[in-house]
Amino acid sequence: MSLSTTTAAVSLRDVRKNFGPAEIIRGVNLDIREGERHAMIGPNGAGKTTCFNLISGRFPITSGGISLHGERIDGLAPQEINRKGLSRSFQITSIFHRMSVFENIRCALLWAHDYRYSFWSPLWRQKRLNEEAERLLDDLNLLSRRDLQAGLLSYADQRALEIGITIAGGATVILLDEPTAGMSHSETEYAIALIRRVTEGKTLLMVEHDMRVVFDLADTITVLVYGEVIASGPPAEIRANRAVQEAYLGALDE
Amino acid sequence: MSAATTQTTAVGRFKGHGKTWLWVGLVVVALALPWVFFNYQTGRHSGFVLTMLSQAGMMILFALSYNMLMGQAGLLSFGHAVFFGLGGFSTIHFLRAAGNGTLPVPMELMPLLGGLSSLGFGMVFGAMVSKQRATAFAMITMGIGELVGASAIMFHSFFGGEGGVNADRMIERSLFGVNYASPVQVYYLIVAWTVIGVVGMLFLTRTPLGAMANACRDNFERAQFMGYDPRRVRFFQFALAGGFAGIGGALHAITYEIVTFDAVGAGLSANAVLMAYIGGSGTFYGPILGAVLITLMQSGVSLMSNSWLIYVGVMFIGIVAFAPGGLAGMIEIHGPIARAGRLTRLIVPYIRLFFPAFAVLIGFIGLVELMSFLTIGAAQGKTLELFGNKIDVKAALPWLVSLGCLVPGGLWLWFESRAFGRVWDRLTEDLKERDR
Repeated sequence: MSLSTTTAAVSLRDVRKNFGPAEIIRGVNLDIREGERHAMIGPNGAGKTTCFNLISGRFPITSGGISLHGERIDGLAPQEINRKGLSRSFQITSIFHRMSVFENIRCALLWAHDYRYSFWSPLWRQKRLNEEAERLLDDLNLLSRRDLQAGLLSYADQRALEIGITIAGGATVILLDEPTAGMSHSETEYAIALIRRVTEGKTLLMVEHDMRVVFDLADTITVLVYGEVIASGPPAEIRANRAVQEAYLGALDE
Repeated sequence: MSAATTQTTAVGRFKGHGKTWLWVGLVVVALALPWVFFNYQTGRHSGFVLTMLSQAGMMILFALSYNMLMGQAGLLSFGHAVFFGLGGFSTIHFLRAAGNGTLPVPMELMPLLGGLSSLGFGMVFGAMVSKQRATAFAMITMGIGELVGASAIMFHSFFGGEGGVNADRMIERSLFGVNYASPVQVYYLIVAWTVIGVVGMLFLTRTPLGAMANACRDNFERAQFMGYDPRRVRFFQFALAGGFAGIGGALHAITYEIVTFDAVGAGLSANAVLMAYIGGSGTFYGPILGAVLITLMQSGVSLMSNSWLIYVGVMFIGIVAFAPGGLAGMIEIHGPIARAGRLTRLIVPYIRLFFPAFAVLIGFIGLVELMSFLTIGAAQGKTLELFGNKIDVKAALPWLVSLGCLVPGGLWLWFESRAFGRVWDRLTEDLKERDR
């Protein structure tokens, strides 16, 4: 495993996280290279989502260090990390359910377009912003549901919107937490294609349970078990790894 | 859900011109109303109507600014009167300064000064409250309300103690050469500033801040992962809401030429909640309906009945329980049916609903009034009169008639509302089928 922090898009150094007396993340070291598609797998309760929450700043870490493009980000607020170019999605769909689909996407674009807390720019006249929102909706295949309340979308569409919101701001590092959870076979196929398309040229870290998705999409796979990385490498290597087979894949293949 | 849908459209783009004309029409009505009640024999305006209309204007600003927090940002404040009142007190002092010549500001800009003062207070208090949301936010705003309420009694130099502070609004300085001696002149100043305030607040809903206020209401955590600090969003929204409430308070000061501690009090803060909720906090225009309705009850029904507050309370409970979208929500759920051109199918069901509902209303009002005249009314030496006939509240008949309206009427209403529900469900099912 490379120890250089300058080349890695995201780098975790001996990251630990305790919830009370329980140690959930127990010294994770991880490097995610610029432009790679990195999947994190592991059995339930391994700490994958917690890892995401630590990287994205949702929870503070107990000890260790996390850097983004070589710059320390642990201890920063989620919005500060986001402004540095890291964006995440949620396992449980996290959208603005009372706002329209269009507005969901447009909100996700606002900070990147430098509007900040402006209470003097009339949104309906921001041509570039509105056009980009429309273009993204088209990309997500949601344009026909543009004015529908987001809470009324079908589950698969809500998941697509979730991905859309995550990538809209132009972040270079994208964290997707189980993007295909709860989807049917055909919906999953579509979601994979979508993820591939919208994360083109970006660094992707994803938690995923669906092994088809993992082996289809990922360049590198990291296996997390009980808060520790037991293996990390290209798909073929992981597939052949005995420890991984015992801990995880074997259980799934039954 | 219906109310939520309309919030969506309200924050979207300006759609069509129908709505614009409705707003213009409302302004025309507001301008014309004093002349509808003008007494051409004496050549005088109705003081009662002018006061009520003026009050409605201030309350519209107050309720709408409150809804910038409750409806648009999902923040429940129990201390919004603080900004109305502080705007009022500031304006009273500005008027006094203008009166003795130290502040060369024309009358027309006084509400702006009042609003800016409250904006300043909103920034100070906003820095205190914006760290929190949900219950903690509500508690802090309540604390600020109590704090300022107590200060209003203690610090005489600014608040004037129990007697309040008064001023003369004839400051002899106007952009248009108006002296504001008559209430109708003040009323037109109120209309102008109400329009400015309403347009300003409507504009705010369509700015990045307005959109992110909605976003933080729905899901503040998601907003964070988009680069926004929900605390900042709350701060700006809170301060601006305070500013608009301050314009209302300034108009209050100008109209009554006196501001007392009531203007910052918990009672008025509670009124903001009532107006916004009864009118419908899920739409932009809902609180306007609520403000007008509450003002009508406060100045109209209160003349007819000691029990008007009971009616307001029961109406509030009824709306919370049965129509959480408020009056505007009730209007908005008819939207899809109206667009499909099937509103006429509801006429008969509504008429059938009307009669039992009317009976229940009569029965309820009857009982409340009888009860009230048995105790308070008797103590005040008043007698209950209905269409000029004195009613003996100690006789059995009026009680029996009221009960006879309320109980069978209630049962009848229950049956009718079930029938109505079936018609409604069938209509909405049809619409869904058609959409597919």
